[in-house]
Amino acid sequence: MSSGTLERPAVAALSTAPPPLLAVHGLRKRYRSGDRTLEVLQGVDFELAAGECVSVIGQSGSGKSTLLHLMGLLDAADAGSVHLAGRRIDGLPGRERDRLRNTEIGMVFQAYHLLPELTALENVLAPLMVRHGVFAWLKARGEARRRATELLERFGLGERLHHKPRQLSGGEMQRVAIARALVGGPRLLLADEPTGNLDAESGAGILEVLTSLNRSEGLSIVLVTHDASIASRADRVVRLAAGRVETV
Amino acid sequence: MYKLLLCCRYLRTRWIALASVISVTLGVATMIVVNAVMAGFSNEMQTRIHGILSDLIFESHSLSGFQDPDWHMEEIRRAGGDEITGMTPTVAVPAMLNFQVRGQWITRQVMLIGIDQATHASVSDFGRYLQHPDNRHQLSFDLRDGGYDTIDSQAGGSEPTRPALEAAGWPHRRMRVERERLWRERLEAERAANGDAAPPETSGQPVRPVDQQVDAVLAATSDTPASTARAEGEPATGRPSDPFRQARPAEGTRMDPATEQFTGLVPGIGLASFRDSTGIDRFLVLPGDDVKVTFPTAGTPPKAVSDTFTIVDFYESKMSEYDSNFVFVPIADLQRMRGMIDPESGLASVNSIQIKLREGANLEEVRDRLRKAFPADLYAVASWKDKQGPLLAAVDMEMAVLNILLFLIVAVAGFGILAIFFMIVVEKTRDIGILKSLGARASGIAGIFLGYGLFLGMVGAGAGLALGLAIALNINTIRAGVEWLTGQRVFDPSIYYFFTIPTIIDPATVAWIVAGAVAIAVASSVLPALRAARLHPVEALRHE
Repeated sequence: MSSGTLERPAVAALSTAPPPLLAVHGLRKRYRSGDRTLEVLQGVDFELAAGECVSVIGQSGSGKSTLLHLMGLLDAADAGSVHLAGRRIDGLPGRERDRLRNTEIGMVFQAYHLLPELTALENVLAPLMVRHGVFAWLKARGEARRRATELLERFGLGERLHHKPRQLSGGEMQRVAIARALVGGPRLLLADEPTGNLDAESGAGILEVLTSLNRSEGLSIVLVTHDASIASRADRVVRLAAGRVETV
Repeated sequence: MYKLLLCCRYLRTRWIALASVISVTLGVATMIVVNAVMAGFSNEMQTRIHGILSDLIFESHSLSGFQDPDWHMEEIRRAGGDEITGMTPTVAVPAMLNFQVRGQWITRQVMLIGIDQATHASVSDFGRYLQHPDNRHQLSFDLRDGGYDTIDSQAGGSEPTRPALEAAGWPHRRMRVERERLWRERLEAERAANGDAAPPETSGQPVRPVDQQVDAVLAATSDTPASTARAEGEPATGRPSDPFRQARPAEGTRMDPATEQFTGLVPGIGLASFRDSTGIDRFLVLPGDDVKVTFPTAGTPPKAVSDTFTIVDFYESKMSEYDSNFVFVPIADLQRMRGMIDPESGLASVNSIQIKLREGANLEEVRDRLRKAFPADLYAVASWKDKQGPLLAAVDMEMAVLNILLFLIVAVAGFGILAIFFMIVVEKTRDIGILKSLGARASGIAGIFLGYGLFLGMVGAGAGLALGLAIALNINTIRAGVEWLTGQRVFDPSIYYFFTIPTIIDPATVAWIVAGAVAIAVASSVLPALRAARLHPVEALRHE
């Protein structure tokens, strides 16, 4: 996880402190449904330091997921900017955005979003397969498999490598999803209600995994949730209301 | 890499998509079978056409023909050079074939062809289509003493389908003469008992009137007294001696039909027989029977003359057009009967010269050379393909139309794939979103579905290839099976004259069909693939 390759941004030149890993400024997003327009985000400012774990909480429909999608480059904002380690990453060409999603950002979703045709191990390997072409993959396969197996074993799924998602429990599926998000070595993990579909015990297990990743490896995490008790596990909590951010 | 993996997984888990390629499979199989059968049919037909027509046909426009075939053949050889390996003169005239069946005269319109029995085999496969094994070896216009095939020698079956031919030949002739004699004696006995006067002439002992007829015609149309030239067997006058001299009795004298024959004649089998519903050939006349042929003499205007011939064999090319139209006789006899031999010079005239080229010679090129060497207003030079051009073109046309129609079936299958792929894209919307969130590029997503289409096309076309080849190679077994199951004749040989369905599998055609089917499968997955590539990742992820 090297960070030295990214250029220093102009905005950060004023301060001597290193730029935040993720910086969002004046982000606006509105959805149009029929003739009604819905202003979901109305100028969101948000920063995440490297190695920080921040929770974003808010009511349903307050734009938490939208914010996460914009940060994860899955969607384009109407206004505002997203900087990753001081480099502006919104508005990049599609190919470059795809590459960043693959290498710098890991995402975990509420509904796990595993590919049903693939086994747990193959699901974890998927980002690496996306990264490499067929021939590069044949070369990188051994190392990739070793790394994926290691991650899954670390999350207690050593026995379930070759199970299909439908043969796994919710907690197991979410742990596979976290392993998939981490396998490519991202600097930033975006988690969208990762415990939302899980019972309390499994959810606690997932949170344990995430917080330990943050603590032991310094992984920067944005954790979106509507549950204040989960949010409190983070270093910092940010509340999203009426399309703007209020720090709690 | 994920593209390949997902393609394979989808192929293994999405059976509905495989169902969509069944139509591709069937389309490909049908195309292969139809092409194989049509090619086989076309080839069989060409072989048969070519079997009777020589490579090139050199003919005069007039029915009377041209004189001195030997000189013409020399000229042809000079123009054609080494390409020519064989030549034989023929005389062809329209004629009427008359024969008696149970006291009833049946008349058929035929093409009477005089052939040179010594050289005709060198230019065409004529001999192969005869019914007597010895005649197939070397044609003779002498009646054989039995031994005609009762099994169709070309069908390769084991069941005798022509039991009537068992007795054909001299035995049949002797039996018929004996029966006629008995019948006549009884009739005369009855007449005598009734006190009637004996009939003025005995009809059972025919005379040979034709030469006198020709002489009369010649005498009427030429200045030379023809009758002098018709004096008995004298090569001294320079006239070529008649090779059939011994075989025929002196003109005007009576002959014994039990031991002697008239001039030999080989009619097409379709003129003398028909196939009944059980597949047995029923013959109206047999080798050994006598028939009368009426044909025009040479000269202007032509006069119709008749003569009696004895059937010595049947000709069966399995081309019904030929088998029910052609009658072969010795060329020298026909020339003499038609008055085509110049009484002064002794030179005979012929209608046409059949030319055989060496294997692999350029048919069109030699034909054009000959066309240049001879004046076009007197002679026509045509290849066997030219002669049957419309028929061959019709078959080619039929094949082309069938191919277009069948390819449309595969194209329809393509629309099936299109529809099912759209369904699969909708079903897989969320997975597409997931892949995009993992950094998969739009082109990669499109690649999954294009690759999927390619795989499906290959599976469908591959299965179709296997099925098509299996059917084409075993089509006659399948036909027999279907006939056994339904109890109906699927492929009636009396219509097509083939006992087995001929097939020829052309690798190039098969390759085109398979490639075309795969291309259609890929082409019909383009639209769904583009749709998948353009899906918005967030909306795709939210898709339930």
